[in-house]
Amino acid sequence: MSATQALVEVHELSKHFGGIHAVEKASCDLHAGEVVGLLGHNGAGKSTLIKVLSGVFPSDGGSIRVHGRDCHFRTPRDAREAGIETIHQTLALAENLDAPSNLFLGRELLTPWRTLDADRMEHEARQVIQRLNPNFTNLRKPVRSMSGGQRQTVAIARALYFNARILIMDEPCAALGPAETRMVLDTIQRLKQEGIGIFLISHDMADVFEVCDRVTVMKNGSVVDTVRIADVTPDEVLAMIILGQKPRAKG
Amino acid sequence: MRSWLERAGFDPRFTSLVLALAAIWIALAVVTDGIFLSPRNLYNLSIQTCVTALMACGMVFIIVARQIDLSVGSLMAFTGMVIAWMQVTWLGSDTTGAAWLSIGGGLLAGALVGVFQGWWAAYREVPAFVVTLAGYLMWRGAAFLVADGQTLAPLALPYQRLGGGVNGSIGTAWSWALGAFACALVIAAVLRARRSRARYGADMAPAWADALKVGASCAAILGFVAVVSAYPDPSAAAEGATPPGKGIGIPVLILIAAAALLHGVATSTRFGRYVFAYGGNPEAALLSGLPTRRVLLLLFALMGALAALASVITTARLNSGTHSIGQMAELYVIAATVIGGTSLAGGAGTIPGAIVGALLIQSLDNGMVLMDVSSPKRQISIGLILIAAVWFDVVYNRKQGK
Repeated sequence: MSATQALVEVHELSKHFGGIHAVEKASCDLHAGEVVGLLGHNGAGKSTLIKVLSGVFPSDGGSIRVHGRDCHFRTPRDAREAGIETIHQTLALAENLDAPSNLFLGRELLTPWRTLDADRMEHEARQVIQRLNPNFTNLRKPVRSMSGGQRQTVAIARALYFNARILIMDEPCAALGPAETRMVLDTIQRLKQEGIGIFLISHDMADVFEVCDRVTVMKNGSVVDTVRIADVTPDEVLAMIILGQKPRAKG
Repeated sequence: MRSWLERAGFDPRFTSLVLALAAIWIALAVVTDGIFLSPRNLYNLSIQTCVTALMACGMVFIIVARQIDLSVGSLMAFTGMVIAWMQVTWLGSDTTGAAWLSIGGGLLAGALVGVFQGWWAAYREVPAFVVTLAGYLMWRGAAFLVADGQTLAPLALPYQRLGGGVNGSIGTAWSWALGAFACALVIAAVLRARRSRARYGADMAPAWADALKVGASCAAILGFVAVVSAYPDPSAAAEGATPPGKGIGIPVLILIAAAALLHGVATSTRFGRYVFAYGGNPEAALLSGLPTRRVLLLLFALMGALAALASVITTARLNSGTHSIGQMAELYVIAATVIGGTSLAGGAGTIPGAIVGALLIQSLDNGMVLMDVSSPKRQISIGLILIAAVWFDVVYNRKQGK
């Protein structure tokens, strides 16, 4: 573990829904320039964990420290203000609005008269989107009529524009074709070099082994273990996911 | 054809709506031997349209946000009775300022009722359909209770002018001045938009398309002023002299002011953006941290205030407050909104569309009256038109989805 200050430290976080312990005393952490894979079956608690981290659900116990400071997120707005941006699996885009409107949703740029500065938002959106995907030019059509890759670009651009240091990506490649998956993975590598910390949820072992530095595996709401990718094989990770079995320590 | 229109910056839906309205007007002019297009009838049509159009402007927001408000007709009756009671029973119609105070009271009552309905819909998650269906019943009952079922009359003299009847217009000189001002605003707005888009090097509609738009808008504005100025106003003339033209009716001015304001809210404010975002994807709105409940609450408050404003025009025109006004208004308002291109699936709709929709539905109603079509048959026709409009919406959305 590096000696530098962690971007995020999650300590014994719990979240219950009625009698169901969706997340039970889960701990994990994330450092600058690092990608941590969050793995586990459906229902293992990883989606709930990131929803707590992104402010959608309040936690029932444990602590979240961001840049060493204790944080309590009551709304998604709180998490964003702490510098955590989330790209949800559903992308959370308003399908009827165009790319700039979605990019700035909830954080619109305003003119001095408190009205929307649509032209400036379009200009800014164009800058950040073109950097991610130079072939994506028609920003003004509704998201509804965009391709999967273009939607993903909008969602990533939304997270990046506001200079997030911490990014949570929930299954960013699940609905994409090979070329678009490539684009997303390359983007992740570039963000890593820029010193951004990323929590990545994925079911694709190849993707995980390509971009992740460490993986945190969850089962039945608890963390099985956190291991460095360099120390394990895909089979060992699968055993953690399926059986909840910790890999044998290496000498 | 459609893509060609879109490239030129024309909204295909709005364009087809305006063309449909033009076709209906021509047809009605032919079957009524031109009576439909006489200045007198068009002046009346402009006044009749205002009540429906005002509320349709609010209904656009409501339906865009996937809600519905069935209580607007009953709310008109209730707020109208509050206004009439304040003027007649409480303050006295002759008291100076009674008219303005009562309007304030009516708007407040409408907004508070809206807050009540919005609270149930937004914070207690009772479907708006149920809340406002209950409101449909409750506010009609409340309207009866205000004066125990009596009709309250007469209302204050300055108040009566708001109905567009006697002295209810601004005369020809002011009308032309206002028309010219409106044209200047249209031209300035288009120029400003072009300049701003040029500054950021964004895509721009071709100049001829913008010129055509400006030309059509100015022709419509000035044509309207010419028509209402040609309608003689005997009440403003000295004995035996030729009466001057009436000019623009005051209700029309109220509508224009409210519509311009609401159009601005819909297109250029955070509130408007949030309404459309919520209608497009409620989950995304929530995950983006939008204050969705507060937005919904405000929506219903806005709708309530607009119903009160519509009630001001209606009661001023009738010069009395009765608990029976606004019956079936909700249907006309919803029909106008949907005909005007607001999708019942949420997330899409415009204020100008709703106003043209209200004009269209009122034109048909008015035309059928001129043709001596009986009231039950008119109801059947309007009902069929509503189905046709929604069917058009379904087909249009299916085509868009491809």
